[in-house]
Amino acid sequence: MKLAIIEHVKVGPRSWRLELDAPEPARDSVPGQFVHVLCGSSYDPLLRRPFSIHDADAESGRIRLLYEVRGRGTALLAERCPGETLDVLGPLGQGFRLPETSDARLLLVAGGIAVAPLYFLARRIADTVGCARTTFLIAARTKSMLLCVEEFSSLGGDVRLATDDGSAGYSGFVTRLMSEYLEGLTGGEKLIVFACGPMPMLEGVAGITKARGLKCQISTEAKMACGVGACMSCAIKVRAGDSFEYVRACREGPVFDADEVIWE
Amino acid sequence: MNDRSRLAVNICGIRMKNPVMVASGTFGFGKEYGDFVDLNQLGAIVTKGTSLEPWQGNPPDRIAETPAGMLNAIGLQNDGVESLINEKIPWLRSAAPDVPVIVNVAGKTVDEYAEVARRLDGVEGVAGLEINISCPNVKEGGIAFGTDPAMTAQVVRAVRKATRLPVIPKLSPNVTDIVLMARACADTGADAISLINTLLGTAIDAESRTFKLANITGGLSGPAIKPIALRMVWQVAQAVDIPVIGVGGIMTAEDAVEFFLAGADAVQVGTANFVNPSAAVEIADGLDTYLERHGFKHISEIVGAVE
Repeated sequence: MKLAIIEHVKVGPRSWRLELDAPEPARDSVPGQFVHVLCGSSYDPLLRRPFSIHDADAESGRIRLLYEVRGRGTALLAERCPGETLDVLGPLGQGFRLPETSDARLLLVAGGIAVAPLYFLARRIADTVGCARTTFLIAARTKSMLLCVEEFSSLGGDVRLATDDGSAGYSGFVTRLMSEYLEGLTGGEKLIVFACGPMPMLEGVAGITKARGLKCQISTEAKMACGVGACMSCAIKVRAGDSFEYVRACREGPVFDADEVIWE
Repeated sequence: MNDRSRLAVNICGIRMKNPVMVASGTFGFGKEYGDFVDLNQLGAIVTKGTSLEPWQGNPPDRIAETPAGMLNAIGLQNDGVESLINEKIPWLRSAAPDVPVIVNVAGKTVDEYAEVARRLDGVEGVAGLEINISCPNVKEGGIAFGTDPAMTAQVVRAVRKATRLPVIPKLSPNVTDIVLMARACADTGADAISLINTLLGTAIDAESRTFKLANITGGLSGPAIKPIALRMVWQVAQAVDIPVIGVGGIMTAEDAVEFFLAGADAVQVGTANFVNPSAAVEIADGLDTYLERHGFKHISEIVGAVE
């Protein structure tokens, strides 16, 4: 479908927020789902790019994407202006399974641009069970690359920051901050973790939650072509009985239970 | 809508409402694209390569984008022929009853190809078999059968004996002389030939100094390969009497017209599906417009008509 660009603003050194007039996706999207976007208008680059949905508002009929310019596709996307239309497929994939009751403490862990889907998730948590017992760990390489800090704060949860270089918040990897946070909790509480970030970070998060027997959902990243489950490009290695199988990030994912995924 | 009969074709007994199929490996088993395109408007659906037993495929990364194309090394991940017969074909029969389904058959040995063909013989909803002797991404079988005329002949002969369905070998471009391969197929009972499969290539990440594909090499597809595909279709169409199905980098109706002019009797649209799920349907529409604009009454009038 062709969707009109409503707003397109630079929100970080390499990050952009894009708002689209998208009544159906705005109504149907679940946090963790993605859209598949044709960024350019020529054969080079050829393929669509997948972007997590950053926010969706059924009432206004708008969705937002938050992305980082990483290559030629995203560089072309960054040149698109309000008033133009974008060719978009979606929403696609399986999103996060939201907590049904407010009895569990929630921990959302975001690394870099991966705050994108977790903000949408946080908004849904705020709208349903509320963010009173939710903690957000937001990480980036350096202070200027931290994203959505105010937006998360406005939802009412406990926001903690980490930067690799120590320029804001905790100095070091977010997985270390996560471990320290978990150490500080009183035992016996139910806690669910939701994480999105680079695959090495997710592996670290999965290791921590496994060691503590915590439930954890992660949103994965994979090189993708079709986005609809046909091409089998976006393979994620998961447990299958005593063995393994490759499943599709675009169809069975991008959100998986952390303990399903086999890290290489 | 115009009178679309000028697009109807019969390719080795498979009747299609238009000569634009979706290529193997780019359209899953149809269902994946069911929400995005009206499957009933396709000329035919060629399924993902299907083997006797389920195959796990290659580790990721499985693709790398390249200028005007992409490399893939999926490794023919599929659930095996029984799942195809019990689940995928019945779904297609109910969702797209008017669209012929051609099953792409993969194997590691001659016997495996023949056994898959045998299992599919007489299965309702299967219109033909495309023989994948050209996949560059599996260790055994695949391309090994497609780069040696004697082995090609062996596979085609074995499949021919195992089924009454039309047999359509899909040729690899990774050969010295494509005509030799085409003749080997035609001489051993192939009913049609499709070409080309992907071209073997690789991609390297300069920053990390690593290969972009876990499999190191992969198959190149997309508009980048069209000139090669077009040349090979032209060569093969002149050399054999059986129908030729042109595949390779077709993105637009104009691309498709070029393949017909080179001698293709039908075409397949592959990588374009990833960019635009309606690509094949739009190409069929565009072909009809082209024929009307040039005063042709039927698509066959432009087959091999390049001067």
